[in-house]
Amino acid sequence: MNAAEVFGALKNFSAKEEILQRLVTPEIEATVAKIPKPVGSFGFDAWGYNEDQFKIGLGVMKWLYDHYFKVQAFGLENIPKSGRVLIVPNHSGQLPMDGVLIGVAAATNPHGPRAARAMIERFFPTVPWLGNLMNAWGGVIGDPINCTKMLEGDEAVIVFPEGVRGSGKLYKDRYQLQRFGNGFMHLAINHKTPIVPCGVVGCEETMPAVANIAPLAKLLGIPYAPIAPPFPLPARVVLNFGKPILYQPVKTEEEVTALVEQVKGEIRKLIDKGLKERPSLY
Amino acid sequence: MATTRKTTAEPKKTVLVTGAGGALAKRVIARLHGKYNVVAVDFRRKVETDAGIPSYKVEIEKRGFEDIFLHHKIDAVLHIGRIFAHEYSRDRRYNANVLGTKRLFELCKKYGVGQVIVHSTYYVYGASAYNPALLDEDHPLKASEVTMDLVDSVELESLANIYLWKHPELNITILRPCNVLGPGVRNSMSLLLSRPYTPVLLGFSPMMQFLHVDDMADAMVLAFEGNKPGIYNVAPNDYCPYQRAVEECGCKKLPILSVPPSLPKMVSSLLNWNAFFPPYLINYFKYPVILDGSLFNKTFGFKPRRNLNDIFTFYRKNKLISP
Repeated sequence: MNAAEVFGALKNFSAKEEILQRLVTPEIEATVAKIPKPVGSFGFDAWGYNEDQFKIGLGVMKWLYDHYFKVQAFGLENIPKSGRVLIVPNHSGQLPMDGVLIGVAAATNPHGPRAARAMIERFFPTVPWLGNLMNAWGGVIGDPINCTKMLEGDEAVIVFPEGVRGSGKLYKDRYQLQRFGNGFMHLAINHKTPIVPCGVVGCEETMPAVANIAPLAKLLGIPYAPIAPPFPLPARVVLNFGKPILYQPVKTEEEVTALVEQVKGEIRKLIDKGLKERPSLY
Repeated sequence: MATTRKTTAEPKKTVLVTGAGGALAKRVIARLHGKYNVVAVDFRRKVETDAGIPSYKVEIEKRGFEDIFLHHKIDAVLHIGRIFAHEYSRDRRYNANVLGTKRLFELCKKYGVGQVIVHSTYYVYGASAYNPALLDEDHPLKASEVTMDLVDSVELESLANIYLWKHPELNITILRPCNVLGPGVRNSMSLLLSRPYTPVLLGFSPMMQFLHVDDMADAMVLAFEGNKPGIYNVAPNDYCPYQRAVEECGCKKLPILSVPPSLPKMVSSLLNWNAFFPPYLINYFKYPVILDGSLFNKTFGFKPRRNLNDIFTFYRKNKLISP
């Protein structure tokens, strides 16, 4: 190849194009094309989900899913192919890595891909770039109105009833389920939505935190400030999806709490299953 | 359909349209003219109208306004006229928008006006990081939490609400449209997208909804002819982030640091961007206010006929003509 040819090839070279081509593989394109997701004329929905950015995100995360976290997912057939569903997992690992990995599992589900919408912490929209990016990839702030509207639109929604209590807990408390909020159960009952419990194993080890500097978190206006590795460690992750459960309406809050405890019990079983299935920590 | 035919057989209704000089009111008047007797009112100037449309320059909070009700038997009022925040002082604005509207309602009561349509704005919901998307009409109005400068918009709404339940005979319909854009529109968003360089907040690109002014005019006429009192969002179910809209309108982005939050407000007031990027609207360029317009669509059978690209093309083309 002479100099002129090299320059000729370089003239048409675009780093952005090259990276995009590597990330958004034909398989990713095909998977996203199969996902039934209504968007507006510019490819956005009301919450800021964007098909093109979702493909890029899926491209990056699918690589991490396969090669970095070496995720094993069981029970994917339990996620309905269409129609409303609440996916309810345990929460751990400081960063919302578990939500992302469940999202990838749902989007690449061989039994029927879904663009699952994760309910995210309320402080995310205040963070420049990150807020918009999380919206584009399908994240939505955890507001009951958002959840209601999405269930009415027959979407798959990921809810972490533990919230920051779960994700912010220290390594010594790993795999101990924190208090669950009752909100998700009310939404499931009111909108006749099946709940798919999910046990996440491994995310605890991606970011083992030894302490939380609460005053610093308060100063920065973030939910917690852990002393932990600066980036997620490549721990093996095992996801277990349980059978969908449809709950019938109940009268009192006490009864709702009892149902929430049932879901918690299911998740605990799935976590125990995952802990046994995990071949090694890293 | 049957009802429309019946009304045309009866004597023509007389409709008073305020803010007649504006782009929206002009279009509404054009749609009503012929079918109804239209009376045009504007506080800025005596608007040039077609033959047969009486036009008045009068301030609605002043006494002269009542004379119009004496000269014409008004059957319905389409209250579009509003002083924008970049026009005149805050006091003047409050007097015209809130006290003026109260006076309008009182006159409607006194002269037996059977229908009032109030043109409100989506700003009343307030832009907050915690806003869910697809706000229903019963969502709390939090604009005054964000800024003192939107108090008049919120107060005008609560005033309209009081009259809505206290005087059902006025048949008040409140419309809360999203961003209305198009030829001749002089609101902040339209002025902003008409500029060659448009400020954007670094790292923030909230979702927005846009409605063509022709569609908004259709919506107002539908609300008037349908006469189903209540509060309605008017918004399409199509969405676009602000920075994408800026690109689509052919504007060059003028990035502003968004942290600390007081910085963009300071930049805006120092550079006197009051007309198009005012300090009190900064949050609307940071956090989304997305409306659920389905109630209006269902009630009045409304479907916007122009899409986002139609809207943005106007601004893009205009820049090609006069860069």
